[in-house]
Order: sequence, then structure tokens, then C-alpha cells
Amino acid sequence: MSHFVIVGAGECGARAAWALREKGFDGAITLIGEETLPPYERPPLSKAAIGEALEPKFVAERNRYAEEHIDLMTGVSVDALDVATKQLSLSDGSVLAYDKLLLATGARARAFPGVPRDSRSIRMLRTHADATALRAAMLPGKHIAIIGGGFIGLELAATARMLGAHVTVVEGLERVLKRGVPLDIADAVTARHRLEGVDVRCGVTIASLTDDAGKATVRLTDGDVLAVDLALVGIGAMPNTELAERAGLRIENGIAVDERLRTSAPDVYAAGDCCSFPLHLYGGRRVRLESWRNAQEQGSLAATNMLGGDQTISAVPWFWSDQYDMSLQIAGLSDGAVHHLRRDLGNNAFILFHLDADGRLLAASGIGPGNAVARDIRLAEMLIASGAHPDPDALVSPGVKLKSLLAA
Amino acid sequence: MSDNWVEVCAEDDIDEEDVIRFDHAGRTFAVYRSPDAAFFATDGLCTHEKIHLADGLVMDDIIECPKHNGRFSYKTGEAMGAPVCVNLKTYPVKVEDGSVFISI
Repeated sequence: MSHFVIVGAGECGARAAWALREKGFDGAITLIGEETLPPYERPPLSKAAIGEALEPKFVAERNRYAEEHIDLMTGVSVDALDVATKQLSLSDGSVLAYDKLLLATGARARAFPGVPRDSRSIRMLRTHADATALRAAMLPGKHIAIIGGGFIGLELAATARMLGAHVTVVEGLERVLKRGVPLDIADAVTARHRLEGVDVRCGVTIASLTDDAGKATVRLTDGDVLAVDLALVGIGAMPNTELAERAGLRIENGIAVDERLRTSAPDVYAAGDCCSFPLHLYGGRRVRLESWRNAQEQGSLAATNMLGGDQTISAVPWFWSDQYDMSLQIAGLSDGAVHHLRRDLGNNAFILFHLDADGRLLAASGIGPGNAVARDIRLAEMLIASGAHPDPDALVSPGVKLKSLLAA
Repeated sequence: MSDNWVEVCAEDDIDEEDVIRFDHAGRTFAVYRSPDAAFFATDGLCTHEKIHLADGLVMDDIIECPKHNGRFSYKTGEAMGAPVCVNLKTYPVKVEDGSVFISI
């Protein structure tokens, strides 16, 4: 019987396992995760898992894996991969042989240099256990410094503020959300945080970050010192490539895969946050995405190709962030855009369309209360996927349904 | 089947291949008009994370959740795959004198 092994039991690995069964694979599947919990969804961790003490939202209950003959191994890590003998050495001492292997090892939170991993006053967020610990610390009146004005930092700022903590966000660049979010939208996000009472400081970096007997001291390069109950570090994520690297696989800002998610080793695939891949839609440029939908879609695509399919990556990058009652959504990659057109939807909701010099739609980004921008962003995503050159006048006119441009 | 018919809106208030939200007696529904101009109704919230489906996109006979792209057939309520696995409840709809009614 054929044996497919998936290393990494996050969104991507779990979706791959389920997709293999849904696509009719009747061989053995082993899904290996380092955490003790069965695979769960990570998006709530910065939000409801803390704010509302939400229990883990499992991709599937543990017993469902057994029912589908998916061997879910939790609390186990993979120490070594030998692509010549097609074997894995696990932390529990066992050796597993595979016919096909998927590396869905994900990413980990980037640590601040010199901070002990077990510090209680300087923390990061990656797992449900991290979120539970943060909930215990985000109490009304507590002072919290957030290092990094990216999505995780800002979502945590909103959550902490809603729980009644005093929050300062420190971003080293001149504005928040510098990576991938246009200025107008970053400004709207910053304005909202300030309205909620968050102290947002940009263009200032951290001189030192120390754990002082249960408190944290953040010294800024402008000379200011923040003495806080908790410092949260949200300065990006690093792909977990070590296993692949030691096995001799090609690494390029992640485990390098082709557009069918194949690594440089035979019968070894990689998907999700851990891999970089060529994006045909954007001239084949190599990207690595850290997003829930990408993890899910690539897990499914890897399953297809592991079963002998020949599917290539065609999805438009898409992600969202929820802060307070606002949601922002971005579809596509706006690098290289020269025209930025704005469509106002009312109620403080707006969308920016990013077009290249030829008028091709590269990306769309929007923000608004609830899911006000969701439908138009979804339609924009379809326009982007089709390589459309939409009429600029139609894009900026809220009265013109974007759906009508799809058929055009 | 309940015969508790509730008026939702005028027929023309919903575009073809579109959806509106309808709140009634503390409950929320989504009411659809298909590309061939027939009307349908389901529970208003996605079965995955309680998101209002009326903010989502209607494509043929599919409603796609605005948050995580979970898809359902709004005609049958069937969940079409990850991340949604629980079907939507559907409700009978009728059109009388230019108005749309659902039975709840």
C-alpha cells in the first residue's frame, strides 16, 4: 500500500490530508504535527481566541482522523529527512518510509534578538497556547507595548484595547503595514487605532528590550522608555525550512517549489507558509505567502499533484485582517502598479484598485466596517485572475457593479 | 412545512444573481434571486463562522461567504467543501403580486 506522509499539521497539512481522502486516495496517510492539539485554524488566535477566550477551532475533531484512516501524530517532530532512502526520522525515535512526502512545516514567529523564549513579560504569538497566555495577561488597566505594526501587531493591539489594556504600538518604518498595504489604507487603520486610544509610534526603533522581573522595559532609539506589563513581539515570520535544508533541498526564501509545488527532490512536495513558488500571474516572480487561504489552497493543490494530477498554482494572493469592527482585504500584488483608483462605498468603506501602466488590474485593497468591501474585493480578484484591463471610470463609480465588468 | 409566510421585499429589490439580508424576529436570513430570476432563501449566517452571507458573492446557484470563501448551493443549502462542512438550512419562497415571501 502506498504511504503518503505530511510533515506539519497546520491548516495546510491538515487540508492536504483531507483533500487526499476526498480525492479518493485509499493508501496510508500519516500527518505529523509538533503541537499536541489536532490541526486548528490560526486566524482567530490574534482575535477571538484572546478577546473571547474562543476554544481552538479544529479543522476536524480528532476522532474524525481515525475514522478516515489518517494517522494523526501530534507532539512529534521530524528530525531528519533522507530523500535518497525516502525515510523520515522522528523525535520519538521511529523511522517512517514514504512514497510521497508533503512538507507543510509552516512558519514561526520571528524572535527579538536576545529575548529568552520563556520570558513571561515578552511574548510572541503563534499557537493557541500562546493566545491563552496572552489572554491571561491582557487585563484592563495593564500596559502593553507591541513591537511591530504589521497585521499581527495591529490585530493584537485592537484585541488588547478592546479588553481595556493601555496599548502602545512601536513600528520602525515610517508607517504601519508597510509591506503590501497601500498608504491610504494604512492611514485609515492608524487613524482608527488612535481613535480607540492606542499610542501608535512610527519611525522609531527598539534600542533594547529586556525582561525585568516580570515586567518589560522597552527602550526606544528616540530616548523614550516604555515600562510595561507585557511586550508583544510581532516582527514577522520565518519559514520553517531547516528540515528541508538539511536534506539538501533547494531553499530560496522558503523551500523552493515549482508551480506544481514540487521541491528539488523527487516525490517531495512543499506547500503553505514554508514554501516559495513562482506566480505565473505576475510574470513568474517567486513569492512566499503567509495566509490562511494560501495554506488551504496549496494543501489541496499538493494533494491533487501527489495523486498524479497536473495542476499549477493559479490563485490570486488574498488575505484579510480584522481590527475592531473593521475588516481589510487585499487581493493580488500591487508592486509595479502606477495607477491607484479609489472607489468609495460609503460608511467609511473604500477600495483602491492598483493598475499597471497598460491598465491591467494587478491588485485591489479595501477597508470598511464588517464585510463591506468583501464582495467587490472578490470580484476584483476574479478580474485580476483573468488579466482584465477594466474601464477606470467604471472602477471609481460605485454605481457600476463590478460584476458587470467581469463579463466585459 | 410551516405556512408562516413573511414578506421580505419587492421582487425588484433583489437583482438577478444577487442576495439581500433579511432580519425578522431576531433571526437573520439571506434571500437570493438566481440568474434565471427564481427566488430562494437560506439562513443568513455561514455555518463556519457566523458571517452574514448577504455580504458574499452570488455566482450561478452558489453563494460564497465573504470571509473565508466557503461555498453553498443556495438552492439546496449544500456545503460545497472546505472550510464549510455543515449545510445551510433553506426556506420556501413565493412571489405574490410583485412581493417576495419566505416561510419560516
